[in-house]
Amino acid sequence: MVWTRKDLLGLEDLSKEELELILATADSFKEVSSREIKKVPALRGKTVVNLFYEPSTRTRVSFEIAAKRLSADVINIATETSSVQKGETLIDTGTNIQALKADIIVMRHNYSGAAAMLARHLNISVVNAGDGWHEHPTQALLDIFTLKEKLGRIDGLKVSIIGDIAHSRVARSNIWGLTKLGAEVTVCAPPMLIPPAIEQMGVVVTHGIDEALQHADAVNVLRMQFERDTEGAFPRQLEYFKSFGITQERLSKAKKDIIVMHPGPLNRGVEISSEVADGINSVILEQVTNGIAVRMAVLFLVSQGHDKKYETTN
Amino acid sequence: MKEKAKILDKEALGRSLLRIAHEILEKNKGTESLCLVGIRNRGAYLAQRIAACILKIDNASVPVGILDITLYRDDLTLIAAQPVVRKTEIGFDITDKNIVLVDDVLYSGRTIRAALDALIDLGRPQTIQLAVLIDRGHRELPVRADYVGKNIPTSLQEIVEVRLAEVDGVDEVVIVDKE
Repeated sequence: MVWTRKDLLGLEDLSKEELELILATADSFKEVSSREIKKVPALRGKTVVNLFYEPSTRTRVSFEIAAKRLSADVINIATETSSVQKGETLIDTGTNIQALKADIIVMRHNYSGAAAMLARHLNISVVNAGDGWHEHPTQALLDIFTLKEKLGRIDGLKVSIIGDIAHSRVARSNIWGLTKLGAEVTVCAPPMLIPPAIEQMGVVVTHGIDEALQHADAVNVLRMQFERDTEGAFPRQLEYFKSFGITQERLSKAKKDIIVMHPGPLNRGVEISSEVADGINSVILEQVTNGIAVRMAVLFLVSQGHDKKYETTN
Repeated sequence: MKEKAKILDKEALGRSLLRIAHEILEKNKGTESLCLVGIRNRGAYLAQRIAACILKIDNASVPVGILDITLYRDDLTLIAAQPVVRKTEIGFDITDKNIVLVDDVLYSGRTIRAALDALIDLGRPQTIQLAVLIDRGHRELPVRADYVGKNIPTSLQEIVEVRLAEVDGVDEVVIVDKE
């Protein structure tokens, strides 16, 4: 299996073999972070630009650490303090970064499809760090990597995703990745937060939390993004916790060794209780650690990809 | 690809490794602070076999690690063949140890250059020595081996193939013509 893509835009386009290559490469990179000198020279002399149009701490820091452990130079651009405020378009920003001879842009943007559009206009690599409600491929990859590490396989696993499925790029990327690798995915949320025709993605829909937990090998608890509720579709926090919150009591009816994941940041007492978040079934902090290995693998692979649409002019 | 000559068969290969094991013990005066590190892929199996020889000779087991040098290669940015990154598995502290690096074929010396960088990123060994099954010449860097199974003068049109039971189902070393 040879990696040919210069960009990582989402998991929807990837083949099963490409997903497996990323996971295997990440497994090799994990050891680097356990060394005393946590650095390898694979991206020495390359420049990675983090271009974030939405606030993010953990994803940006994780990408920055990953790039630095590969010996790349990292520049962070927060758009609140950049010329974006003066009206520069996304493509102009991208071509300028390319003209500065950067090699990889890691971008978070509030519009779905923004990363794909930028990638079409540039010869340098683009890694999607979240675009609108569309995809967040590296988050799903680190979720899947953690699951595989814990349970030894993905094929045949029953995974339930709980929470705001409608507005969640994490859910969408997880569904694409997990179903391609053979997992059975159930999504669970109040009816208002389930997008229409989600069944066409190959998932089972339920509105009952106990049903979603009953046979699951793992549960991925999404953060309730109350700041995104512009349509009044969200229940009140306490009401949500009562009906859908993951508590020790609900977990006691599930498989004893069920894996509990959460992409962070946690709303304790809203989608998950503190007892569960800090409990023995939780792998939330391991996800954070694995995120570095997964992002190292992605940065390394796209730097090797050469399906460039245009001949490099820079 | 035409097979030209068989350089080592199963027995000869085994004897070469046994001799290398003896030489390692002689030079290091035993197994104290001795460790073997095999370079993926076939060097890793050869290191295991040399360790088995040392166990037989001296009744001492030496730690064996595996090094993947992909991330340290000097041709990573050349587009041709894309290498797969595999795990480095060295489960011991290499600082102050006497490390014997093990590889199948010594050729340009670039793999060994990468391996030295990779090892030194993991700690500060007392010494690093080099054992190879085949030295085929044509060095591009100032590298030499401390222990050699067999020296084979080759032309640049030839390829030396080391085949091991663990990966190839058979123990032998052959020369084939590039074509």
